[in-house]
Amino acid sequence: MMLFFYLVAALLVLVLIGTYLSWRAGRLDRLHARTDNALTALDLALVRRSASAYELAASGALDPATSLLLADAAGRTKDGGPGLAAARAEARALTGSSALPGNFVFISHGGGSPADGDGSGDGAYSRGGAYSRDLAESDLTRALRAAFSQPGFRASLKESDGAEELVAEVEAAAHQVFLARKFYNDVAARTIDARHRPLARVFHLSGTAAEPAFFEMEDSLADEE
Amino acid sequence: MRIGIACPYSWDVPGGVQQHIRDLAEALIAMGHEVSVIAPADDDLPLPDYVVPAGGALAVPYNGSVARLAFGPLSAARARRWLREGNFDVLHVHEPTVPSLPLLACWAASGPIVATVHTSIPKSRVLLATHFVLRSALEKINGRIAVSEAARSTFVEHLGGDAVLIPNGVTTARYRHARPLDGWPGEGGAIGFLGRMDEPRKGLPLLLKAFEILAPARPGLRLLIAGPGDAGEARDRLPAALRDRVRILGPVSEEEKVRVLHSVDVFCSPNTGGESFGIVTAEAMAAGAAIVASDIEAFRMVLRDGAAGELFAVGDPAALARAAGALLDDPARRAELSAAALDAVRDYDWSVVARAVLSVYETVVLGRGAPVRIAEGA
Repeated sequence: MMLFFYLVAALLVLVLIGTYLSWRAGRLDRLHARTDNALTALDLALVRRSASAYELAASGALDPATSLLLADAAGRTKDGGPGLAAARAEARALTGSSALPGNFVFISHGGGSPADGDGSGDGAYSRGGAYSRDLAESDLTRALRAAFSQPGFRASLKESDGAEELVAEVEAAAHQVFLARKFYNDVAARTIDARHRPLARVFHLSGTAAEPAFFEMEDSLADEE
Repeated sequence: MRIGIACPYSWDVPGGVQQHIRDLAEALIAMGHEVSVIAPADDDLPLPDYVVPAGGALAVPYNGSVARLAFGPLSAARARRWLREGNFDVLHVHEPTVPSLPLLACWAASGPIVATVHTSIPKSRVLLATHFVLRSALEKINGRIAVSEAARSTFVEHLGGDAVLIPNGVTTARYRHARPLDGWPGEGGAIGFLGRMDEPRKGLPLLLKAFEILAPARPGLRLLIAGPGDAGEARDRLPAALRDRVRILGPVSEEEKVRVLHSVDVFCSPNTGGESFGIVTAEAMAAGAAIVASDIEAFRMVLRDGAAGELFAVGDPAALARAAGALLDDPARRAELSAAALDAVRDYDWSVVARAVLSVYETVVLGRGAPVRIAEGA
């Protein structure tokens, strides 16, 4: 009789532990899913910003030098050509899948991939090494900041129809990038934290999902100098 | 002739394009022409009296690097005023594919316009995205000049149309004579390098590897390096035993540069690419240096396919060591190459080059007849 009681008690404990672990695994799974959603949102925000910067450049409202600068920087954020293979490798590292979500394309210059380039340095272009989306997007931020902070820039917008609206759209999109990146990095941090808990590690609760990576870039259009 | 020249990069920052414009302007002035150069520069900067400052430039990312450029409404207004007041017979813009003053001047002007392209743009770097801005400005250009075959192919392949090849000039007399640095080149021989130490395409790491190969058999051999960059990092690339056989000068003045060229037995241009002309190599030729250079298109051209300097396989430190070693061992061959270099570089003297540029001006003026004006709608 006592033996039977112990058996039932042990079974109950096992069931409780199992339930708890499966609840933890489910929570981790939901965190990964939320990370993926946040990444898609960030991607869409970046694409919107890039597209609106390009539209401003193409509008003819700005002087040609500023237009060229913005078109070049915006064009580089979406350049999938030579960097596509490298982009897939990075996407794999970032999302656990080699599929590029939406327009989520990294670019690479000088034929280098993130694996064989030295990846070091500011601006990263001049080194002839690897080049990735975070750097391209940061460069777009710098180009926008430089263009918008030119003396007389705001006043010059009044001379052509719709120019102020186009600039306002770029600024709204840039603010959305700021928010989306904040949200993504936040949920990524919580996911990483949950993955590193002892129970999660011992029982391998995250399964095959890859660890998310933070997306670091310069995203403030405000002149910091 | 009244000539207006627009410069894309900050006048106070040293660079090949700025130096080209300065030398061209001075050569044209020496020939009796009236020249005005508009360039990004702060108003309080001391400038030659032919330079008109267009305000400060801003460091921005463009076409795969970071450059200090002048753009925006204020720069555009200054370019317009310069054109109006200058009343030029011809407008000469440099690097019109860069978002800076030359593009702004080109946009604002109508009349005889000449453009010079200095750098070659690799196909992968050219964006369809920027085509619409460039096309309307570039269509106004009546005469196109490229400083090298590589730069010319940029016109042909990416921008449409052809260009005449007028290589960069060197004020050869400035380089002919100089006192070597104290104690150089020395008994055991010396190899020299000029250029950015931290720009991989300038090839310094290659030369350091070659030095490592050469050094054990030549105990007196030394290396002389001048140019901006991190000296410690360059030194660390060598084995500890060799480090005191390298002298790193850092950035040098024009005058010191000429002395460096006269302080070595062999001058090395190990560039792995990205060079459209190789002005430093031409300057070394003007100093009568025995040159070992990478077998890239630009160097093949100035060194007359190896007749005026040894060429070695690009990126191969062993080949560089072989070529430099052979020259170090053969003073007669060095003298031969020095004489050949001095002769070859005469084609690149500014007096010759400026006359060639002038004939392009004369040709476009012939076709247009009217001076440069402000374009409608700009």
